[in-house]
Amino acid sequence: MRERLEQWSADIPFKVKLGMVWGVIALIVVFLFSLADFDVQWMLDHLWFIAQGLPWTIIICGLAIILAVTLALFGALGRLSNSAVAQGVTGFYTSFFRGTPLIVQMFLIFLALPQLAPPNLPGLRDSLTLTALQAGVIALGLNYGAYMTEIFRAGIQSVGHGQVEAAEALGMTYRQRMRRIVLPQAIRLIIPPTGNEFIAMLKDSALISLLGSVVAQMEIFRRAQLVGRADFRPLEAFVVAAALYWILTTIFQVFQAKLEQRLSTGYVRTLRVSTQPGVELVESEPA
Amino acid sequence: MTEPVVRVSQLHKSFGDNEVLKGIDLDVTRGEVVVIFGRSGSGKSTLLRCINFLEEPTSGTIEVGGVRLEPGPRTHRQREAIRSVRIKAGMVFQEFNLFPHLTVLENVIEAPVTVKGQDRAHSVAVAEELLAQVGLADKRDEHPIRLSGGQKQRVAIARALAMEPEVMMFDEPTSALDPELISEVLSVMRSLATETQMTMMVVTHEMGFAREVATSMAFFHEGLIVEQGPPGQVIADPQHAQTKRFLEAVL
Ligand SMILES: Nc1ncnc2c1ncn2[C@@H]1O[C@H](COP(=O)(O)OP(=O)(O)OP(=O)(O)O)[C@@H](O)[C@H]1O
Ligand SMILES: [Mg+2]
Repeated sequence: MRERLEQWSADIPFKVKLGMVWGVIALIVVFLFSLADFDVQWMLDHLWFIAQGLPWTIIICGLAIILAVTLALFGALGRLSNSAVAQGVTGFYTSFFRGTPLIVQMFLIFLALPQLAPPNLPGLRDSLTLTALQAGVIALGLNYGAYMTEIFRAGIQSVGHGQVEAAEALGMTYRQRMRRIVLPQAIRLIIPPTGNEFIAMLKDSALISLLGSVVAQMEIFRRAQLVGRADFRPLEAFVVAAALYWILTTIFQVFQAKLEQRLSTGYVRTLRVSTQPGVELVESEPA
Repeated sequence: MTEPVVRVSQLHKSFGDNEVLKGIDLDVTRGEVVVIFGRSGSGKSTLLRCINFLEEPTSGTIEVGGVRLEPGPRTHRQREAIRSVRIKAGMVFQEFNLFPHLTVLENVIEAPVTVKGQDRAHSVAVAEELLAQVGLADKRDEHPIRLSGGQKQRVAIARALAMEPEVMMFDEPTSALDPELISEVLSVMRSLATETQMTMMVVTHEMGFAREVATSMAFFHEGLIVEQGPPGQVIADPQHAQTKRFLEAVL
């Protein structure tokens, strides 16, 4: 019996088997949901409302990743510099934002920042009072920037010392060296992990819902919470939200994989045997 | 004529407790080709790297094209002085160090445009001439990874020349090359010396090249120049026992 089963299994291509496993898991999930008095019609009716949060989720993460990349660049340059001020500031920054929970940072920026303004300066206080969305973007940017400092640092350090010396020997200043020689070479190592951070950020942006936000600016999870609570259908609402996040990250993961492939094949040396002397090293064509 | 392009006085350099240069004095006048040779670890590279402050000397003075440098904190003025020395003293490395993300032409025009602020079209015209001079006009749009070692080194020479330096420093420019590629680089260097009268400091163990091109040879031993003179004299009749022993080993 067991022998027969193994024989039978060996004949099926691996990909087919993998598809069958996914199918079975999907069936089990559907079965479990059917036990839980699951209102599929409600989900379809409210899908559009929740999905309207998609652009906000993407905008939030788009802005936050720009902030994070900027901070990570300066963070990395600071950590690699030999100035005590630069090292101190960036060291403090990365230590704090990596050492405390993101949700705590969000609330600090949302609630504590306005308190910093002296009471006799109501104008300043108003400008320090951020919307949930603004606070969320800044917190995400600061937090991810702190983690990405390491990515940028590794990328910059991967550029050989000989490159820096050649640029120095030509009379380039620090800025010229970084802008023209080091960063353009570091970038191909920095982009793939930055894509991963962006995907992680898409998920973490759900935390912003905890700050509350005006109806016009709600991202996916906040919308799900709102309709789910109103209609006493929280489970259905969260399933819709989960599905939307899943689709979103999967799409970006595909992009990410493509990008990574492109970047890795650009400069890679492929050793090709050649009858002509001096042309053994040939750059492989980008995919 | 008598005013030296490079003047090194009482140059000392230590790495921790290891004193690598023990008081070097060396003048290089315009049009001179000084070949520096000596055992591995005797401090030849360190000398060149101290001249353009890739390595900060421990003490002593450097003068290149009238700009005087002494070790000291990197203030704004010091940084600018270092930069002007680096612009006047071109350097060619053993490992080429071409910029892999730029094409051959872009490698050559990078510093003239970025550092000197030269007009791009003018820099391109100059770069094309220099590439023709080193025999690589047809490679202008290739990336360095597609070049052989000898071709890379010739591009590196063109890149340094594009800054119109007053002196060219070569640190073992042919040591990383396969034997059959050495001569193409040496012949570019030879014509640089004989046709354009470039002032050169060359660390090399290519004694054929030295005999033919050098106006002066300096033998390094344990951080000091123990012997210096015209190649005919140094090679044929070395005065110092260490020079004699070294030459017997390489010739
Ligand atoms: N950055 C550094 N830190 C510590 N020691 C160094 C450094 N650079 C060079 N040295 C030491 O200085 C000494 C001289 O080195 P240098 O590279 O100048 O020798 P060289 O004459 O050029 O030798 P080679 O023929 O091997 O290139 C060596 O003992 C080396 O270990
Ligand atoms: Mg050396």
